[in-house]
Formats: sequence, structure tokens, C-alpha cells
Amino acid sequence: METSAEIQNRLRDLFESQKLAVVATQTGGQPYASLVAFAATADLRYIFFVTARTTRKFSNLISDSRVAILINSSANLESDFHEAVSITVTGIAEEIKDPERQDILKLYLAKHPYLEEFAKSPSCAVIRVTARSYYLVQNFQNVMEFHIDR
Amino acid sequence: MSWIISAEHIRPADGPRVGGKGLALALLAKGGFTVPKTLCVTRETYQEYVSRTGLRERILLELNRKAFRDMRWEEIWDCATRIRNMFLRKPIPDEISNQLKEAIQTTFADKAVVVRSSAPEEDDAASSFAGLHESYVNIQGTDAILEHITKVWASLWSDAALLYRQEIGLDVKKSAMAVVIQEVIIGDKSGVAFSKSPNDTSQGVVESVYGLNQGLVDGAVEPDRWILDRRKKTIISHTPAERKHWVIAAESGVQLVTLPEKMTHLPPLNTNEAGHVFELVLEAEKYFKSPQDLEWTYRKKDLVVLQSRPITTLSPQKNGDKRSWYLSLHRSFENLKLLRQRIENELIPAMITAADELARQELTELSDQNLAVEINRRWKINQKWTNIYWEEFIPYAHGVRLFGQIYNDAVCPEDPYEFIDLLTRTEMASLERNQMLADLASEVRNHPALAKALNADQTEGLDPQFLEAVDRFVEKFGDLTCAVTGGTQCEQAPGSLYKILLEMAAHPPSETGRQTAKNKDALQEKFLSAFEGEKKKTAVELLDLARSSYQLRDDDNIYLGRIESQLLAAVREARRRIDAYHHRQSNKKVAAELIQVVENLDHRPHLQQPDQQTPDDGFVIQARQLIGQPAGPGLAKGPARVIQHPGDLADFKYGEILICDAVDPNMTFVVPLAAGVVERRGGMLIHGAIIAREYGLPCVTGIPDATTLIRNGDEVTVDGYLGIVSIGSSEL
Repeated sequence: METSAEIQNRLRDLFESQKLAVVATQTGGQPYASLVAFAATADLRYIFFVTARTTRKFSNLISDSRVAILINSSANLESDFHEAVSITVTGIAEEIKDPERQDILKLYLAKHPYLEEFAKSPSCAVIRVTARSYYLVQNFQNVMEFHIDR
Repeated sequence: MSWIISAEHIRPADGPRVGGKGLALALLAKGGFTVPKTLCVTRETYQEYVSRTGLRERILLELNRKAFRDMRWEEIWDCATRIRNMFLRKPIPDEISNQLKEAIQTTFADKAVVVRSSAPEEDDAASSFAGLHESYVNIQGTDAILEHITKVWASLWSDAALLYRQEIGLDVKKSAMAVVIQEVIIGDKSGVAFSKSPNDTSQGVVESVYGLNQGLVDGAVEPDRWILDRRKKTIISHTPAERKHWVIAAESGVQLVTLPEKMTHLPPLNTNEAGHVFELVLEAEKYFKSPQDLEWTYRKKDLVVLQSRPITTLSPQKNGDKRSWYLSLHRSFENLKLLRQRIENELIPAMITAADELARQELTELSDQNLAVEINRRWKINQKWTNIYWEEFIPYAHGVRLFGQIYNDAVCPEDPYEFIDLLTRTEMASLERNQMLADLASEVRNHPALAKALNADQTEGLDPQFLEAVDRFVEKFGDLTCAVTGGTQCEQAPGSLYKILLEMAAHPPSETGRQTAKNKDALQEKFLSAFEGEKKKTAVELLDLARSSYQLRDDDNIYLGRIESQLLAAVREARRRIDAYHHRQSNKKVAAELIQVVENLDHRPHLQQPDQQTPDDGFVIQARQLIGQPAGPGLAKGPARVIQHPGDLADFKYGEILICDAVDPNMTFVVPLAAGVVERRGGMLIHGAIIAREYGLPCVTGIPDATTLIRNGDEVTVDGYLGIVSIGSSEL
């Protein structure tokens, strides 16, 4: 069995190798999924993304901060079924404002330097998701849960 | 990895790495030609730089906002400006720059250099499009040289290169640029030579100017020209130039100055020297085994080759290809100064006189025949000024662009359009008009009885002073609903003006200028402090020119609008006569000429109609978020007011978002009521953007189909930071 440290390393590897994640929000019981460029802290406690304030996902998470995020390594190949690793994260999203926002942007732009104009725009919100649980899916159907004590 | 190679180490196989110019120089040196000391920054260096700094994807994001075919030249220029600013603000990573610095220091010590582009595309088949990429002459100091390398890299994406992307094979994903760094040779006289004339294959051409070559290459200095016989190597003809200026080295860079009197009488080359230059280009032809186009300079007795490339001939420009016209809009500072004199001292006063003369004419007193003649006359006058508008006023607008580039070079601002804030709050005619409107509105606001009467459409018995002021306004700026060019169907009564006044009066007055004068002073200080001595004087002059150019960008349309409204007034009078006859209010038959003239004028373009079709396959298409260009910072939400017809402007309500095809300065009177502006036509320097910035409103331009995808009353959010318009509710 993989140790907690091994699982954490696997999560970190995946977070570093992947640029995009799917974020699920909801309004009135209607789920809504969006693609975002994300970054994560090395301690796996936080995931960040940036969104324009005019988007649906932003208004959804303002009214309900519970979100799910999917990050995976599939490459649109048949081999994905046995090879790809997927992680579902559940957690609580909140907008982070200055001065903390600046630190997050630094980390975020180190991973996505091409998003400078977008991320720094005053019309964009920096969102921090505090992870509650990770669900790691490997070997097609093997699922391990990983809960974070607060 | 070696990021920089010295010319003597370049082998023919390095061609793709060092570009055409770099390779040609290396080969010339090997062949015994006298060439300046040269270093080459390879294509891989560019690639590494854009990868490590994230610029590669940023450029791709910028270039993929919109399909090229949908972009106007102005939008392409804006795109190039934003990309250039990205380069200016991203220093070369240390690991690369340290190697470059060492090589530059070893080769040139503290000598001044030329930093030139060496794109592989440029010197192949497409070399005929010379001037697509930048060169910088007389640059001194390692840091300055590095900075200019990034400027040359940025010019891979210049507006000219983007316009000719297909011809030069510019590939947004793969293209990269090598850079040549050469010791600068301060020649006494310089020029170009063609071993074979494009017009007659038995002849060659030598062109020469005093001083440095830049004046000849960019067209600022007219060269003396010799035609020579290729076989006999003799001079066939010499065409002297009108020798007025020369380009000489400044403290840094170069400057165009008046040629000393005594030199104006002598050609830069004597017959012998012209012969030597021609022999040199023939040798180069023999060496490269193809006809050559060679740049040379004479330093005292030494004839030095600056570069050589194969001659290529331009395929003739297709009909309707306006690109060379767009590029001709790039004007030099000198040229713009001359243009300014002509516009301010001659054209604008003449335009005002023309409009005044037309306004004095009493149309109702003309016979039908004379009215027909008058309409034709006015049409011609309007046409004449429209042509002048395109040929002289539009090129003058380049003053703003030139200033923008110099400002960005000097200041490297985060926002590449920060410079516009230095130009705003100038005395624009449209602002004067809007002020007059605001004054009228405040009358209405302060006198409830007046508002009540206007609301009830009872204009009789109104305060004569107020009516007089309205008349003055209409006389000066015309009836608002006629304002849009093409408004042949405008209303005659000032009813729409009253509607706008009532709307304005019902809300607090809006103010122009977000930023304080202090902020503007700070920007000006930031800009001017980047220059010293002579250069500071030029910077002050340039700022002044840019302000005048910015102001004219708006004013010319207002003046043109006044002339057009005089044409429309004559047409309206004709219509009145025709209608009166049709409705039997008058027994007087209308002359056939008059009917004909009015019919001829009725062929005007129509605005796009909203797309009302409902598909029957169950899919309903609805735009949610549209991407354009950020043209005025800010974020605003409000109901959409889509302008399909000029008359729609009269219904404009406070707090609405103005959605239109193209804002004409003549229709910007509703902007003080608007919460934001969205325009189909793209660009940062178009009227909608300029006036929105004046009022501090968020503005997005260049949204294709804005007036068909957005409908009246839709809730719209304008994100002027990112250039995004969202339709439907949003959380702000």
C-alpha cells in the first residue's frame, strides 16, 4: 500500500505537470463546470485559480462557496484508461484580496507566466480553494481518499 | 548552448540560425570584402527567451483574440504595440544575457554598434518588403545594446510584418528572429547599389546621400542617382537630388539635420567613386552568383559593405490591396510637423469657412433648379473635404502613434496605452459641444417648469433665452439625430435634442477626466525625465504634436460633420418640397432635376440589422461573453442600447451601455449619459475609445457583430481591462 507521503508526492507531481483543471460550481441545484488554469501550494492545502468577475462560475461560487475540482493527466488516448491519474478535490472557495492576493499571483504567474495581463486585471478575482478532501483515481477504478485535518 | 556567434565562426550551414543578413556578412568577410566587425545573436536565443519568459504564449494569446482577416489595420497596429510592450518589459534572463554581454564587451568594448534584424524570411524571397523589422543605429553600452536586441525581436511582430504575414511566411507558432550586431561605421557618404536594374537588365544603379544611410533607407533623404552600364561599367546618367538634409550620428542614435550650404551644390560621390561603388556591387554579384542589392558607406577613402542581399522583384500589388497605403501612414516626425502646419493654418480654417459659407445660403429662396444645382455643389464640396480627410487628416493621426512608441520606449509602462492619458482633456470640439449640451441640461434641471413643458412637448412660450441657446447649439453642431453620417432621414424638429436634455437633466451631471491634472503632470514628468538636452527639447515638441494630432482626430470629424449637415439641409429642403407636392399640401409641381438629384443621393450604406431568425432545430444561439480589445479601463454594468439607426440615439437613457457599429464623433453626445461603450469597429485610437477615456468610461472595441449579437435591453457588462463584454446577469 502506498504511504501517505507517497500519495502526497503523486498529488504534487500531478499538480505540477498539469496546467488546467475543471471546476464545478452550482446554482439552484444546477451544477456548472468550467475549465481554469490552476496552481497549488506544495503542502497541498490550497488550490488557486483566477476568473473574471463577470463569469457564471464567479457568481455561482459567491452564492455557494462549495466547489469540486478535477485535475487529471489524460492525453486523449486509449491508454489513458490504464495510465491516466485523476484527482477530484472538494473544498471551499473564497476570493482573496490584497495584500495576500499579490503573493498568490506571484506563485500563480510563476506557473502561468503567459496569463500576466489576465491575472493582474482589476476585473479578475483571485480564488483560493481550501482543500477538504482529495479523491485519487488510478488504474482505471482504484480510488483512494485523502482527508485533510484542520 | 552558444547564444551568440562571431561572424568569423559562421559557416554556410548556420544560415537558418543567423538569418540572411548574418550569413551574408560572414560570407562577405570570408570573400575579402571590407565589412564591419559583426556578432550574431541566433534564432535559438530568441526562442529560449520567449519560452522562459512566457512571452511565446502571451504573443499567441494576443494574436488569437480575433481572426486576422477580421482585423482592421488599426487593430493590427494595436496588437503590435501591445506585443512590443511585452518585450520592452521582459529583460533577457541572466543566464543568456551574461553570455551576450561578455561577447559584446569582448568584441566591441565601448564602441557604438548597429543592432539589426536578421529574420530568415526577410532576406529571402520577401526581402522586397524591406523595413518590416527594426534596425537601431549608433547604440552604445552593453545594457543599451541588450535592450535594443529585445526591440528588434519585438519587430518580428511589427504591424508591417503582421500585414504581410502571408508573403513573408510569418508563422505565429514557429517564427523566430536572429539579430546582427555590427560596429557602427560613421561614413561621410553612404548609399545603396543594385548590380542589375529592375527596369533594364543591361544597367545597374547607384544611389547616394551624405552622412549615414538611414535617411535614404527610410525615405527621409532623397538620394543622388546614377545609372551605369553593366558591361562597359560607365555612367549613363546622373540624376542629382534636391540636397537638403542628411542623417548624422547623435549622442546616441541618429538625427536628421539640415545639410550645410556648401555641400548642397556637390553630389556626394564623384564620378570615380560612383564607379568604385558599382564595381563593388558587381563583385558581390559575382561572389554570391546572383544580382545583389548592397548597402555601403565611404569612411574617408575606405569603401565598406554594410550588407548585401539578393535582388528580388515585387509582384505587382493587387487591386484593392490597401496595405502599402496603411504602411505609408507611418510618418516621420519631420513629415508630421509639416502636415501639422498645413492642417492647422490652412485646411481647418478653410473647412470652417466652407461650412459657414454654406450655412449663410438661404435654401428656401432657391428655385427647384437652383436647389438641384446647389445640392450637387454641396455634394462636391463634401466629397472634396472627405478626400482631404483621408489624404491629410488620417495620416496626421500617426502623430499619436509615434508619440505612443517613443513614450513606451522611454517609460516602459505596464499599460501600453498609458500615454493616451497624457493627451486627453485637450480642447476637443466634441467636448465643447458636450459642454454646451450639459449647460442646456442644467437649465432644464434647475427649472422644473421648463422640464415640464419639454416633457409635454409644449415648446411655445418657452424662455426665449433658452430657445436662443438651443438655436445656437443646432446652428453650431446641427440637429443631433442627423449627426451620424448617412443620416438622410433625420427629423427636423429639435424634439430629439429635448429628449436628450430631459434625460441628462434627470441625472447628476457627468464629468470628464477621471484623473486629476496632478496625475497628468506626473506622467508628463515621467516621460520628459527620460530625456536630456537636445532630446528633451524634441520630446517636448513631440508631446505637443501628439496633443494636436489627438485633438484633430476628433475635431476633423466634427468639422466634416458640419459640412455634411449643410449638404443634408439642402437635401431636406428638396424632400420637403417633394413631400408637400405628394401630399397635396402644395400644387406646385417639383422640378424633375430635383427629384433626380435626391434619388441619386439615396444610395447609402445601411447599418446591420439584428439577426432575428429563430432556428427550427431546437438550438437557440445566444452570445454570453464576447472578446474584443480593451480600449478604456473600468468595469460597468447596464442595459444595452443598440444603435441601429441615427434616430435611436434620441432614446438613449442614463446608465445604458452604448452598443454601436462605429462611433462617429458627431454621435458622441450621448456618451455622458452612458455607463460604458462597446463598438464593432476595433482600435484604441478610434473616436469611441477616445471619448470614453475622456469621460472615464469602460470601453471595448472590435467586437464583431456587436450590434447583431447584443439586443436592446440586454443586461451587459463591459470589462474595459480585459476587453470582454458579457451578456446576461453577472455578479459585480
